[in-house]
Amino acid sequence: MKHSGWPALRQLDGDPFALGKAAQSARSEELEPRTKSADRIVKSICPYCAVGCGQNVYVKDERIIQIEGDPDSPISRGRLCPKGSATRELVQSPRREYRVKYRRPYGSSWEELPLERAIDMIADRVIATRAQTWEDRSADGAMLNRTMGIASLGGATLDNEENYLMKKLYTALGIVQVENQARI
Amino acid sequence: MGTSFGRGGATTFQQDLQNADCILIMGSNMAENHPVGFQWVMEARERGATIIHVDPRFTRTSAVCNFYLPIRAGSDIAFLGGIIHYILENRREFTEYVVNYTNAPVIIDERFQDTEDLDGFFSGWDAEQNAYDIQSWQYKDMPVHAAAGHRARDTAAVSEATGGHGHPIAHHDAVCDETLQDPNCVFQLLRKHFQRYTPETVSQICGITPAALERVAKLLCDNSGRERTAAFVYSVGWTQHTVGVQYIRAAAIIQLLLGNIGRPGGGIMALRGHTSIQGSTDIPTLYDLLPGYIPMPQAGPHDDLQTFLDHHASKTGFWAHMDAYTVSLLKAYFGDAATPENQFGFGWLPRITGDHSHYQTMLDMLDGKVNGFFCVGENPAVGSAHGGLQRRALAKLDWLVVRDLVEIESASFWYDGPEIESGRLKSEEIKTEVFFLPAAAHTEKEGSFTNTQRLLQWHHQAAKPCGDCQSDLDFYYHLGKCIQEKLRDSTEPRDRAIKALAWEYATHGERAEVDAQAVLAEINGTDANGRPLSSYTQLQVDGSTACGCWIYCGVFADGINRAASRTPGIDQHWVAPDWGWAWPANRRILYNRASADPDGRPWSERKKYVWWDKQKSEWTGYDSPDFELRKNPHYEPPRDARAEAALGGAEPFIMQADGIGWIWAPGGLRDGPLPTHYEPQESPVANMLYAQGSNPVRQEFERLENPYNAPATSDDFPYIITTYRLTEHHTAGGMTRTLPHLSELQPEFFCEVSPELAAERGLHNGGWATLVTSRAAIEARVLVTKRMTPLRIGNRTIHQVGIPYHWGYKGISVGDSGNDLLPIALDPNVHIQESKAATCDIRSGRRSRA
Amino acid sequence: MTLETRMGFFTDTTLCIGCKACEVACKEWNQLPADGYELSGQSYDNTGALSGTTWRHVAFVEQFDGEAHDLIAPISFEDGGRWLMSSDVCKHCTHAACLDVCPTGALFRTEFGTVVVQDDICNGCGYCVPACPFGVIDRRPDTGRAAKCTLCYDRLKDGQKPACAKACPTESIQFGNLSELRERAQKRLEKVGTIDARAQLYGADTNDGVGGFGAFFLLTDDPEVYGLPPSPRVTTRDLPGMWKSAALAGAALAAAIVLCTVGAPNGE
Repeated sequence: MKHSGWPALRQLDGDPFALGKAAQSARSEELEPRTKSADRIVKSICPYCAVGCGQNVYVKDERIIQIEGDPDSPISRGRLCPKGSATRELVQSPRREYRVKYRRPYGSSWEELPLERAIDMIADRVIATRAQTWEDRSADGAMLNRTMGIASLGGATLDNEENYLMKKLYTALGIVQVENQARI
Repeated sequence: MGTSFGRGGATTFQQDLQNADCILIMGSNMAENHPVGFQWVMEARERGATIIHVDPRFTRTSAVCNFYLPIRAGSDIAFLGGIIHYILENRREFTEYVVNYTNAPVIIDERFQDTEDLDGFFSGWDAEQNAYDIQSWQYKDMPVHAAAGHRARDTAAVSEATGGHGHPIAHHDAVCDETLQDPNCVFQLLRKHFQRYTPETVSQICGITPAALERVAKLLCDNSGRERTAAFVYSVGWTQHTVGVQYIRAAAIIQLLLGNIGRPGGGIMALRGHTSIQGSTDIPTLYDLLPGYIPMPQAGPHDDLQTFLDHHASKTGFWAHMDAYTVSLLKAYFGDAATPENQFGFGWLPRITGDHSHYQTMLDMLDGKVNGFFCVGENPAVGSAHGGLQRRALAKLDWLVVRDLVEIESASFWYDGPEIESGRLKSEEIKTEVFFLPAAAHTEKEGSFTNTQRLLQWHHQAAKPCGDCQSDLDFYYHLGKCIQEKLRDSTEPRDRAIKALAWEYATHGERAEVDAQAVLAEINGTDANGRPLSSYTQLQVDGSTACGCWIYCGVFADGINRAASRTPGIDQHWVAPDWGWAWPANRRILYNRASADPDGRPWSERKKYVWWDKQKSEWTGYDSPDFELRKNPHYEPPRDARAEAALGGAEPFIMQADGIGWIWAPGGLRDGPLPTHYEPQESPVANMLYAQGSNPVRQEFERLENPYNAPATSDDFPYIITTYRLTEHHTAGGMTRTLPHLSELQPEFFCEVSPELAAERGLHNGGWATLVTSRAAIEARVLVTKRMTPLRIGNRTIHQVGIPYHWGYKGISVGDSGNDLLPIALDPNVHIQESKAATCDIRSGRRSRA
Repeated sequence: MTLETRMGFFTDTTLCIGCKACEVACKEWNQLPADGYELSGQSYDNTGALSGTTWRHVAFVEQFDGEAHDLIAPISFEDGGRWLMSSDVCKHCTHAACLDVCPTGALFRTEFGTVVVQDDICNGCGYCVPACPFGVIDRRPDTGRAAKCTLCYDRLKDGQKPACAKACPTESIQFGNLSELRERAQKRLEKVGTIDARAQLYGADTNDGVGGFGAFFLLTDDPEVYGLPPSPRVTTRDLPGMWKSAALAGAALAAAIVLCTVGAPNGE
C-alpha cells in the first residue's frame, strides 16, 4: 500500500488497528437473524392489494416474529411493497382490538360484552328484523321472499370461503342487500 | 370485460406483462398501487418495450415510463376513441384476427341509429323510462328476444360480469360481410361512430396535442400484429365514472382491432385494489349475483327455475349449461332438502327488484328503511363517496355490526365523527346500537384469496387469534348455527330456507373453528358419492352433483387443495401453473385459442402460446388451452348444435353465445352498443361532441342530501377534482394509518395543485387549503407541484386538483376525508360511483370549525 | 479485504419507483421507531434524511424545468421534466472515518467488509457523528447510542440478503459482492448512458476520497441534486498517525484522553 501513513487506508488491509475481527464483540460474533430461531415458517399471502404477493410468516413460541416476502412466488419473487413490508406491524398493532365493544342505543360510551352473548344478541336482532320487515310477495303478487331491513357491506379483504358462507347465509335469510368494495 | 369477451376478469396475468412490446397504462397508477406487480412492467421496459402512461397526474408510474401524457380527468373515452379512429382511418387493424375472431363483419339491424345521428343518443331512447330499448342494436335478422329491452335494463350489471350469455345468437346464424364493406356491418358502424374523434377534436376535449395522441396510437399499432403484442393496464381510474364500463369497452375494442386478446404480452390487465376483490365478485358478496356469475333471480319473471334458466341461459357456448351450474349450487346450499320436486329449493331464494347496490342501500338507510347493517372489513364512513351522507345514514340504523381489526370510523361515528364535532348530530340522539367485533387477521386464519389475475392462493394459519378475535368464517358459521337453533321450531314459511340450509362444517379446537378446507371442498363441488369434482364439465342437471361455485370447480380436484400449490417459480416455466390455481381450469391467459391463427398455427414463432398439434389432434402449448381440447380448428358446427358444440373450431371466445369477441355489444349494457364520450356528472366543460352532456342513463340521485355542483357554465366550482391512493396507504386507512412505519411516510392529508393554480388561489406549498363542493368543505395541506399540469381545453385553462382519499379521523395519521367532497352519481351498469372526476373550489387557509 | 469478498449494495436509481419498501423493510427488520408524523412539503419525502432511526431514505427530486428527455423521462411533457427517486443508505466506505474515530471499538469492520456499530459497546460519545462525510451515522434519540445501516449484519451471517434489497420490488437495490456489483454497474452505465448523458456512477471509484463505497449508486444527475456530497473525503485523512494509535491503544481511558486533548473533531 502506497499510503501507509494514512491509517484509514489500511482498514481493509489486514487488521493492524484492531478495527475488524479484534474489535468484534462476543455478541456480534454470535449474532444471527431472529428468523433463524423460528419454530416454523408459515406460507401466506399479503392482505393488502390484489397483486397477491407471497409471504413467509416466521413463528416462534406460537408468536409471529417476522413477515417477509416469499421468494418462491412466481408473481412477487420475494418482494414486498411498504404496506406488505409492514404486515407484521398490522397483525400485531397495539391499536388492534381484542374484545367485543358494545354501544347501547343512545349510549354515551362503549361497554363490554362477552363474544357469545354478542352473537346471540345479533341473532335475535336478525330474527326480529326479518319478522318485522319480511316481504312474501310484491304488490302485484310476485314472489319476493326477502327482507329489506338488513344489509351487509364487505368482502373484498375476506377469504373466498368467508364470502361463500356470508352469501349462503344471507341468501337463506332472505337478505339481498349484500355488497362489497368491488362496487366501490 | 364480460360483455366484450365473456368473463369478468383480467384476460391475462401480471407476469405476462414482461412479454409485451408496448404497455399502455391508463386509469391506473400501477407503480404506486401495485408496486410489486409493476416489476413485470419494468422487466418489459428493460427488454425494450415502450411503456406509456396517460393520466391526469404525473405520478410515480409516469416517472419510470417512456412516455407520459397528461390528460383531463373524465375524457378517456375521447382519447381511446381517437385511437380507434387512428386505427380505422389508417387501416392498422389486424385484419385476419378481426374478420375471424370478432363481430366486426356482422351486419346490424338497419333500424339502428348512432349518437352521430341523434346528437348523443343511440336509437331506442325512452325518455320517460330513462332507458334504452335495445332492439335496434341487435344483429340483423336475428330472432330478437321478446323481452330484450326489459332485459337490458334489469340484467345489465350481470351481463357485464358474465358476458353476452343469454343472447340467442350463434355466430353461424349472423349475417356477415367478411370484406367489412357493408355500411351496416359493425366495422363500418364503428368507423362512422368514431369519425369525428379526429386528433384535432380529441386534443381539444382531452387537453393534449394532436401529435401526442397520434404518437400513442402509432406506438400501439406499431407494436401489434403477428410478431408483436401490446397490453393495456387499468384500474379504478377507469371504473369510477358514470360511464365507467364503457371506458373498458373502448379498450376492449382497441385490443380486438389490434388482435391483442388471448395472446402473450397482450390482453387487458385489470388491476383490482383489494386482496380478494376478484374473489368477492366470483363468489359474490354482491346483490345481483350468485356464485359463479349466476344472476340473482328477479321478482316476477323468475318465479320458477325453468323460466329463470330460459331467461338467462344461452343455447350456445358454455353458458348453455347454466342449468347444471344452478342446480349444483342449490344442492350445495340446501343439500338433501333440494330435490327435483321442489325445484332444488329455487323458490326459497330471495328475489331482487331493481338496484339494491351499496349507494341505494345507504340512501334507503338514511330514509330509515334499513334497520340492521353488517359492516365487515369495510369502512363506508371514509371509503365511500359522500362520507357525510354515509355517516348520517349509519346514525339512522337500529343496529350495526362492525367487524374489523381496529376501531374504524364506521364504528365510532356516533361519538367522534365530524358531524358530532360540528353539532349536526348529537350522540345522545343517535339510537344505533353498535356491536364492534374484533376480527382475526389473515395470519390467524386459513383460506384462499383470489388475486387480480384470477389466481386462488391459500394462506395458512400462523398463529391463533387472541381474545375475542374471530375469523369471519367462524363468526358467520356460529351466527348461522345460533339462528338455526333459535328457529328450530318455527313453522313460519319465511324460515323454511334457513331451516333447510346445509350448514354442517367440520370444526376443530376449543373455539370450534371451521375447517376452511371443508368450505373450499364444498365450493369445488362433489359428485353423487361425495367425491371431489375436477371440472365444471362434470356438473349435472339432475341434482346428483353439488357445487358452490362452478367456475372454481377443480380447485379441490382429487381432494387436493390446489390453491395451496406452491412449486417455486424458479422450478417451473414462466407461466408457473403449479403455483396456486387460476379459474377457470387453472388457465392463465384467457381466450388463448386466439394466440393461434384460424388454422391453429401460432401467429408467429415469437408470440407462440397455444396451438393445434396435428399429430396428436389436440390443442397444446404453454398454458391450459381455453378451448375444447380435441376440437379441430376447422370444425364447423351443424346448424342445430347446442352449447359448446355450436361453436366453431376458430371461435375463441367460448363463453360468448357466438364464440367471438364483441366489438359491438348488441346487449348486456344499458348505455349503448359502443362507447361514446360523455362528460362526467360534474364537469367544468360542456360536451364538445353532442348536445347531450353526460351519460343519459347514468344513475343520479336527485335529493336534498345529495346536491350536485352546478354544470359547466358555473364559476362556483371551476376546478376538476380527482381522487387516488398512495403507495404508503391502503383505501380508507384502517390497515395503514394505524401503523407508525406507514404513517410516517405519508403523515398528513394533502392535495396536489399546479403552481399556476396555487398562484390563482394564493396557495402555498406546505400551507393549508380548504376544498369545497356542494357536499362538504374539508381542509388539506398543500403540495404545489409541476407534476400537476394546467390543461388547455378549447380557449380555457382547466386546473385539476388531486386528493388521496385515505384519511379519516381515527388512527396515528388523521385528517379530513377526501370522499366527503364527492357526490353519489353512478355508472348505470355496475352502480360504481364517479370518484375520478368531479368539480370543486379551492381556497387558501383552514376550514371553519363551526 | 478485496472487492471479491466484500459485500455491498448497488442502488440503481433508474429502476427506483419511490415506493419506500426499503424504508419499511429496514425499520421492520431492525426494529426502529418512526421518526415523526409531519408533512414536509418536500415532494413525497416525509422522512427527510438518514438518521439514527432511518437507515434507508428515499429522496424525491422533481425536475420540471429542463429539456425533454430519455429513458426515465416523459418525452411528451411540455417542458420536459422528470421525478428522480433514489434510496440512500450508509456507504460502508472503504476508508470509514466513523470507524477511525470510534474510541471504544464499537464500530468495526465485519468479515463482509461492512462497517457496523456494536450496540453492546457503543457508549454514545457521538464522535463518529461529525466524522461521517455523508451525515449518515447519528445517535438514536431513544437509546443515545450511535446507529446506522449494518447492511443487515445478522442476516448476512446467515447467508441472507439485507431486508431492503430483499423487499425492493424493482431490483433498484441490488446486493452482492462488490466486484460483481461494480461490473454490473459499469454495464448498466453503458446502457443507460447512451440514452441519458448525465448518468453516472457514484461511489464506484476506488480512488475517490473514501476509497470507494461499499454501497454505491447509479444516478442520472449530479450527486448534489440528490443531496449527496459530490466529492466526499474521509475526514480522518489528515489526522496524525499518533492519534489513531492513541485511540486504539486501549479502552475507554485512552478514549477519554483523546477526547480531552484533541477536542471535538471537525466534520469536514
